[in-house]
Amino acid sequence: MDTNTIDHIIDKHHCEAGSLIQILLDIQSENHWLPKEALERVSKKLDVPMSQIQHITTFYKSFSLVPKGRHEVHVCTGTACHVRGAQRVLDTVQDQIGIKPGETDLDLKFSLETVGCIGCCALGPVMVVNGEYHGNLAPSQVEEVFKKYE
Amino acid sequence: MSELLLQIDGREVTARPGATILEAAQSVGISIPTLCHHEKLQAHGGCRICSVEVDARGRTSVVAACLYPVEQDLVVRTRTRKLERIRKSLVEMMMAHAPDSEQLMALAEEYGADRDRFAKEVSFCIHCGLCVRYCAEIKKKHAIGFIDRGPRKEICFIPEIAARECWECKECFPLCPTSALQAAFVLVKALTSQAD
Repeated sequence: MDTNTIDHIIDKHHCEAGSLIQILLDIQSENHWLPKEALERVSKKLDVPMSQIQHITTFYKSFSLVPKGRHEVHVCTGTACHVRGAQRVLDTVQDQIGIKPGETDLDLKFSLETVGCIGCCALGPVMVVNGEYHGNLAPSQVEEVFKKYE
Repeated sequence: MSELLLQIDGREVTARPGATILEAAQSVGISIPTLCHHEKLQAHGGCRICSVEVDARGRTSVVAACLYPVEQDLVVRTRTRKLERIRKSLVEMMMAHAPDSEQLMALAEEYGADRDRFAKEVSFCIHCGLCVRYCAEIKKKHAIGFIDRGPRKEICFIPEIAARECWECKECFPLCPTSALQAAFVLVKALTSQAD
Protein backbone atom coordinates (compact mmCIF):
# COMPACT_ATOMS: atom_id res chain seq x y z
CA MET A 1 0.00 0.00 0.00
CA ASP A 2 1.62 3.27 -1.03
CA THR A 3 2.04 6.29 1.18
CA ASN A 4 -0.10 8.52 -1.01
CA THR A 5 -3.18 6.37 -0.54
CA ILE A 6 -2.65 6.34 3.21
CA ASP A 7 -2.12 10.10 3.32
CA HIS A 8 -5.24 10.60 1.23
CA ILE A 9 -7.28 8.56 3.73
CA ILE A 10 -5.76 10.44 6.67
CA ASP A 11 -6.47 13.82 5.05
CA LYS A 12 -10.04 12.79 4.33
CA HIS A 13 -10.48 12.55 8.11
CA HIS A 14 -8.75 15.92 8.64
CA CYS A 15 -5.76 14.27 10.30
CA GLU A 16 -7.58 14.09 13.64
CA ALA A 17 -6.46 11.68 16.34
CA GLY A 18 -10.13 11.20 17.23
CA SER A 19 -10.75 9.64 13.82
CA LEU A 20 -8.12 6.95 14.37
CA ILE A 21 -10.53 4.03 14.17
CA GLN A 22 -12.26 5.43 11.06
CA ILE A 23 -8.90 5.85 9.36
CA LEU A 24 -7.82 2.34 10.26
CA LEU A 25 -11.15 0.98 9.01
CA ASP A 26 -10.69 2.79 5.69
CA ILE A 27 -7.19 1.39 5.27
CA GLN A 28 -8.48 -2.04 6.22
CA SER A 29 -11.26 -1.95 3.61
CA GLU A 30 -8.96 -0.54 0.92
CA ASN A 31 -6.08 -2.93 1.55
CA HIS A 32 -7.81 -5.86 3.32
CA TRP A 33 -5.22 -5.70 6.09
CA LEU A 34 -3.08 -3.22 8.04
CA PRO A 35 0.61 -3.36 7.11
CA LYS A 36 3.10 -2.13 9.69
CA GLU A 37 4.28 0.70 7.42
CA ALA A 38 0.71 1.99 7.17
CA LEU A 39 0.32 1.96 10.96
CA GLU A 40 3.62 3.78 11.40
CA ARG A 41 2.49 6.42 8.93
CA VAL A 42 -0.83 6.86 10.77
CA SER A 43 0.99 7.00 14.11
CA LYS A 44 3.31 9.74 12.84
CA LYS A 45 0.68 11.87 11.08
CA LEU A 46 -1.90 11.73 13.89
CA ASP A 47 0.69 11.86 16.66
CA VAL A 48 -0.83 8.80 18.32
CA PRO A 49 1.65 6.42 19.97
CA MET A 50 2.17 3.05 18.31
CA SER A 51 1.28 1.29 21.57
CA GLN A 52 -2.22 2.72 21.38
CA ILE A 53 -2.63 1.78 17.72
CA GLN A 54 -1.48 -1.72 18.57
CA HIS A 55 -4.00 -1.87 21.42
CA ILE A 56 -6.87 -0.83 19.16
CA THR A 57 -5.93 -2.96 16.16
CA THR A 58 -5.64 -6.09 18.30
CA PHE A 59 -8.82 -5.28 20.22
CA TYR A 60 -11.26 -5.18 17.30
CA LYS A 61 -11.77 -8.26 15.21
CA SER A 62 -12.45 -6.22 12.08
CA PHE A 63 -8.77 -5.27 11.88
CA SER A 64 -6.18 -7.67 10.57
CA LEU A 65 -2.43 -7.32 11.10
CA VAL A 66 -1.69 -10.18 8.72
CA PRO A 67 -2.37 -10.21 4.97
CA LYS A 68 -5.90 -11.15 3.95
CA GLY A 69 -7.10 -12.59 0.66
CA ARG A 70 -8.89 -10.59 -2.01
CA HIS A 71 -12.12 -12.40 -1.20
CA GLU A 72 -13.33 -12.69 2.36
CA VAL A 73 -15.36 -15.82 3.00
CA HIS A 74 -17.52 -15.98 6.11
CA VAL A 75 -19.34 -19.17 6.97
CA CYS A 76 -22.06 -18.72 9.57
CA THR A 77 -21.92 -21.29 12.35
CA GLY A 78 -24.63 -19.70 14.50
CA THR A 79 -27.25 -21.92 16.11
CA ALA A 80 -29.75 -21.86 13.24
CA CYS A 81 -27.11 -22.45 10.57
CA HIS A 82 -25.51 -25.12 12.74
CA VAL A 83 -28.70 -27.20 12.92
CA ARG A 84 -29.20 -26.72 9.20
CA GLY A 85 -25.80 -28.20 8.40
CA ALA A 86 -23.27 -25.35 8.57
CA GLN A 87 -20.54 -27.80 9.55
CA ARG A 88 -20.91 -29.74 6.29
CA VAL A 89 -20.83 -26.48 4.33
CA LEU A 90 -17.72 -25.40 6.26
CA ASP A 91 -16.01 -28.75 5.63
CA THR A 92 -16.71 -28.44 1.91
CA VAL A 93 -15.45 -24.83 1.84
CA GLN A 94 -12.25 -25.91 3.57
CA ASP A 95 -11.76 -28.68 1.01
CA GLN A 96 -12.44 -26.33 -1.89
CA ILE A 97 -10.13 -23.50 -0.97
CA GLY A 98 -7.72 -25.54 1.10
CA ILE A 99 -7.58 -23.38 4.24
CA LYS A 100 -9.00 -23.50 7.75
CA PRO A 101 -10.96 -20.73 9.49
CA GLY A 102 -8.67 -17.79 10.32
CA GLU A 103 -6.29 -18.60 7.49
CA THR A 104 -5.48 -17.08 4.08
CA ASP A 105 -4.29 -19.03 1.08
CA LEU A 106 -0.87 -18.55 -0.47
CA ASP A 107 -2.18 -16.72 -3.57
CA LEU A 108 -3.98 -14.22 -1.27
CA LYS A 109 -7.18 -15.16 -3.04
CA PHE A 110 -9.39 -16.27 -0.15
CA SER A 111 -9.54 -15.70 3.60
CA LEU A 112 -11.86 -17.89 5.62
CA GLU A 113 -13.61 -17.02 8.88
CA THR A 114 -16.47 -18.52 10.81
CA VAL A 115 -18.99 -16.09 12.29
CA GLY A 116 -21.42 -16.45 15.16
CA CYS A 117 -24.64 -15.29 13.53
CA ILE A 118 -25.22 -12.89 10.69
CA GLY A 119 -28.89 -12.35 11.45
CA CYS A 120 -30.61 -14.05 8.52
CA CYS A 121 -31.29 -17.39 10.15
CA ALA A 122 -34.18 -18.18 7.78
CA LEU A 123 -31.63 -18.45 4.97
CA GLY A 124 -29.40 -20.90 6.82
CA PRO A 125 -26.92 -22.31 6.24
CA VAL A 126 -25.42 -19.04 5.05
CA MET A 127 -22.06 -18.18 3.57
CA VAL A 128 -21.04 -14.57 2.86
CA VAL A 129 -18.39 -13.83 0.27
CA ASN A 130 -17.28 -10.18 0.00
CA GLY A 131 -20.54 -9.11 1.60
CA GLU A 132 -22.64 -11.14 -0.84
CA TYR A 133 -25.01 -13.57 0.86
CA HIS A 134 -25.41 -17.13 -0.31
CA GLY A 135 -28.31 -18.70 1.58
CA ASN A 136 -29.84 -22.18 1.77
CA LEU A 137 -26.48 -23.44 0.70
CA ALA A 138 -25.99 -27.15 0.07
CA PRO A 139 -22.41 -28.43 0.26
CA SER A 140 -22.73 -29.40 -3.41
CA GLN A 141 -23.36 -25.76 -4.39
CA VAL A 142 -20.20 -24.41 -2.78
CA GLU A 143 -17.97 -25.12 -5.76
CA GLU A 144 -20.34 -23.22 -8.05
CA VAL A 145 -20.26 -20.16 -5.77
CA PHE A 146 -16.45 -19.99 -5.71
CA LYS A 147 -16.25 -20.10 -9.51
CA LYS A 148 -17.51 -16.50 -9.58
CA TYR A 149 -14.47 -15.18 -7.71
CA GLU A 150 -11.10 -14.68 -9.27
CA MET B 1 -13.46 26.84 47.08
CA SER B 2 -13.94 25.80 50.67
CA GLU B 3 -13.01 22.44 52.10
CA LEU B 4 -15.55 19.63 52.10
CA LEU B 5 -16.48 17.75 55.24
CA LEU B 6 -17.10 14.03 55.03
CA GLN B 7 -17.07 11.01 57.26
CA ILE B 8 -14.73 8.04 56.77
CA ASP B 9 -15.10 5.07 59.11
CA GLY B 10 -16.88 7.34 61.60
CA ARG B 11 -14.15 9.99 61.56
CA GLU B 12 -14.74 13.53 60.40
CA VAL B 13 -12.40 14.29 57.51
CA THR B 14 -11.94 17.49 55.54
CA ALA B 15 -10.78 17.37 51.96
CA ARG B 16 -10.36 19.79 49.12
CA PRO B 17 -12.96 19.61 46.34
CA GLY B 18 -11.83 17.30 43.55
CA ALA B 19 -9.86 15.01 45.86
CA THR B 20 -10.70 11.33 45.79
CA ILE B 21 -11.89 9.25 48.72
CA LEU B 22 -8.52 7.49 48.68
CA GLU B 23 -6.62 10.76 49.03
CA ALA B 24 -8.93 11.96 51.80
CA ALA B 25 -8.50 8.69 53.69
CA GLN B 26 -4.73 8.68 53.29
CA SER B 27 -4.52 12.25 54.57
CA VAL B 28 -5.78 11.12 57.98
CA GLY B 29 -3.96 7.82 57.99
CA ILE B 30 -6.85 5.50 57.12
CA SER B 31 -5.40 2.86 54.86
CA ILE B 32 -7.30 1.50 51.88
CA PRO B 33 -5.61 -1.33 49.98
CA THR B 34 -4.58 -0.50 46.40
CA LEU B 35 -2.84 -2.34 43.59
CA CYS B 36 -3.22 -0.31 40.41
CA HIS B 37 -2.85 3.07 42.14
CA HIS B 38 0.28 5.20 41.85
CA GLU B 39 0.35 8.73 43.20
CA LYS B 40 2.15 10.12 40.17
CA LEU B 41 -0.29 8.58 37.72
CA GLN B 42 -3.87 9.27 36.76
CA ALA B 43 -6.30 7.07 38.67
CA HIS B 44 -7.09 3.94 36.72
CA GLY B 45 -9.75 2.06 38.70
CA GLY B 46 -8.63 -1.24 37.24
CA CYS B 47 -8.06 -3.54 40.20
CA ARG B 48 -11.10 -2.52 42.30
CA ILE B 49 -9.30 -3.65 45.45
CA CYS B 50 -9.82 -0.12 46.83
CA SER B 51 -13.61 -0.59 46.72
CA VAL B 52 -15.37 1.21 49.57
CA GLU B 53 -19.00 1.65 50.58
CA VAL B 54 -20.47 5.13 50.30
CA ASP B 55 -23.80 6.55 51.39
CA ALA B 56 -24.64 9.30 48.95
CA ARG B 57 -27.90 10.67 47.60
CA GLY B 58 -29.92 8.35 49.80
CA ARG B 59 -28.41 5.06 48.75
CA THR B 60 -25.46 2.87 49.59
CA SER B 61 -23.15 1.78 46.83
CA VAL B 62 -19.73 0.24 46.36
CA VAL B 63 -17.31 2.50 44.50
CA ALA B 64 -13.59 2.60 43.70
CA ALA B 65 -11.97 4.93 46.26
CA CYS B 66 -9.19 5.88 43.86
CA LEU B 67 -11.67 7.40 41.40
CA TYR B 68 -14.62 8.63 43.47
CA PRO B 69 -14.47 12.37 44.19
CA VAL B 70 -15.32 13.49 47.71
CA GLU B 71 -18.65 15.18 48.34
CA GLN B 72 -19.99 17.24 51.24
CA ASP B 73 -21.45 14.99 53.98
CA LEU B 74 -20.44 11.82 52.19
CA VAL B 75 -20.37 8.79 54.49
CA VAL B 76 -17.65 6.29 53.62
CA ARG B 77 -16.94 2.90 55.12
CA THR B 78 -13.65 1.25 54.21
CA ARG B 79 -14.04 -1.96 56.19
CA THR B 80 -17.31 -3.87 56.20
CA ARG B 81 -18.12 -7.54 55.85
CA LYS B 82 -19.38 -6.92 52.32
CA LEU B 83 -16.16 -5.17 51.28
CA GLU B 84 -14.06 -7.91 52.80
CA ARG B 85 -15.96 -10.46 50.77
CA ILE B 86 -15.47 -8.41 47.59
CA ARG B 87 -11.75 -7.90 48.22
CA LYS B 88 -11.29 -11.57 49.08
CA SER B 89 -12.87 -12.65 45.78
CA LEU B 90 -10.82 -10.11 43.84
CA VAL B 91 -7.60 -11.34 45.40
CA GLU B 92 -8.57 -14.94 44.67
CA MET B 93 -9.22 -14.12 41.03
CA MET B 94 -5.97 -12.20 40.68
CA MET B 95 -4.08 -15.04 42.36
CA ALA B 96 -5.17 -17.36 39.59
CA HIS B 97 -2.91 -15.23 37.40
CA ALA B 98 -0.13 -14.39 39.84
CA PRO B 99 -0.14 -16.91 42.71
CA ASP B 100 3.30 -15.94 44.06
CA SER B 101 2.97 -12.18 44.07
CA GLU B 102 4.07 -10.82 47.43
CA GLN B 103 1.53 -8.01 47.44
CA LEU B 104 -1.28 -10.42 46.64
CA MET B 105 -0.10 -12.91 49.26
CA ALA B 106 -0.17 -10.17 51.89
CA LEU B 107 -3.71 -9.20 50.86
CA ALA B 108 -4.74 -12.86 50.82
CA GLU B 109 -3.52 -13.20 54.37
CA GLU B 110 -5.45 -10.11 55.42
CA TYR B 111 -8.73 -11.07 53.79
CA GLY B 112 -8.51 -14.83 54.19
CA ALA B 113 -8.36 -15.49 50.47
CA ASP B 114 -7.73 -18.98 49.18
CA ARG B 115 -5.02 -18.80 46.53
CA ASP B 116 -6.19 -22.06 44.96
CA ARG B 117 -9.87 -21.18 44.71
CA PHE B 118 -9.73 -20.65 40.93
CA ALA B 119 -7.90 -22.78 38.39
CA LYS B 120 -4.42 -21.36 37.79
CA GLU B 121 -3.87 -19.44 34.60
CA VAL B 122 -0.46 -18.09 35.37
CA SER B 123 0.11 -15.05 33.20
CA PHE B 124 1.75 -13.00 36.01
CA CYS B 125 -0.30 -10.03 34.86
CA ILE B 126 -3.34 -8.63 36.66
CA HIS B 127 -3.84 -5.83 34.11
CA CYS B 128 -3.17 -3.06 36.62
CA GLY B 129 -1.64 -1.07 33.76
CA LEU B 130 1.05 0.48 35.99
CA CYS B 131 3.89 -0.22 33.56
CA VAL B 132 1.83 0.93 30.57
CA ARG B 133 0.61 4.11 32.24
CA TYR B 134 3.98 4.96 33.77
CA CYS B 135 5.70 4.69 30.40
CA ALA B 136 3.04 6.82 28.73
CA GLU B 137 2.36 9.43 31.41
CA ILE B 138 5.69 9.93 33.16
CA LYS B 139 8.32 8.83 30.66
CA LYS B 140 6.18 9.70 27.61
CA LYS B 141 7.92 6.96 25.64
CA HIS B 142 4.95 4.68 24.95
CA ALA B 143 7.31 1.72 24.74
CA ILE B 144 4.81 -0.67 26.27
CA GLY B 145 1.09 -1.13 25.72
CA PHE B 146 -1.71 -3.62 25.99
CA ILE B 147 -2.67 -5.90 23.14
CA ASP B 148 -5.71 -8.09 22.51
CA ARG B 149 -8.67 -8.14 24.86
CA GLY B 150 -10.56 -10.06 27.51
CA PRO B 151 -8.76 -13.18 28.74
CA ARG B 152 -6.08 -12.82 26.06
CA LYS B 153 -5.16 -9.23 26.97
CA GLU B 154 -1.46 -8.85 27.77
CA ILE B 155 1.34 -6.31 27.91
CA CYS B 156 3.56 -5.92 24.88
CA PHE B 157 6.62 -3.80 24.18
CA ILE B 158 7.00 -1.97 20.87
CA PRO B 159 10.36 -3.45 19.77
CA GLU B 160 11.68 -0.34 17.97
CA ILE B 161 11.05 1.93 20.96
CA ALA B 162 12.05 -0.66 23.55
CA ALA B 163 15.41 -1.30 21.87
CA ARG B 164 16.14 2.41 22.10
CA GLU B 165 14.76 3.31 25.51
CA CYS B 166 14.17 0.39 27.83
CA TRP B 167 17.63 -0.89 28.81
CA GLU B 168 18.50 2.51 30.22
CA CYS B 169 15.20 2.96 32.06
CA LYS B 170 13.48 -0.17 33.37
CA GLU B 171 11.63 2.06 35.83
CA CYS B 172 8.40 0.16 35.21
CA PHE B 173 9.86 -3.13 36.49
CA PRO B 174 9.65 -2.41 40.25
CA LEU B 175 6.12 -0.99 39.84
CA CYS B 176 4.71 -4.39 38.92
CA PRO B 177 2.56 -5.73 41.77
CA THR B 178 3.01 -9.33 40.68
CA SER B 179 6.61 -9.78 39.60
CA ALA B 180 9.20 -7.49 38.07
CA LEU B 181 10.49 -10.47 36.14
CA GLN B 182 7.40 -10.63 34.02
CA ALA B 183 8.05 -7.27 32.41
CA ALA B 184 11.68 -8.29 31.95
CA PHE B 185 10.60 -11.45 30.18
CA VAL B 186 8.20 -9.65 27.84
CA LEU B 187 10.87 -7.04 27.07
CA VAL B 188 13.48 -9.63 26.17
CA LYS B 189 10.92 -11.44 24.03
CA ALA B 190 10.08 -8.22 22.18
CA LEU B 191 13.74 -7.43 21.53
CA THR B 192 14.78 -10.91 20.44
CA SER B 193 11.81 -11.28 18.11
CA GLN B 194 12.88 -8.06 16.44
CA ALA B 195 16.38 -9.41 15.95
CA ASP B 196 15.05 -12.49 14.14
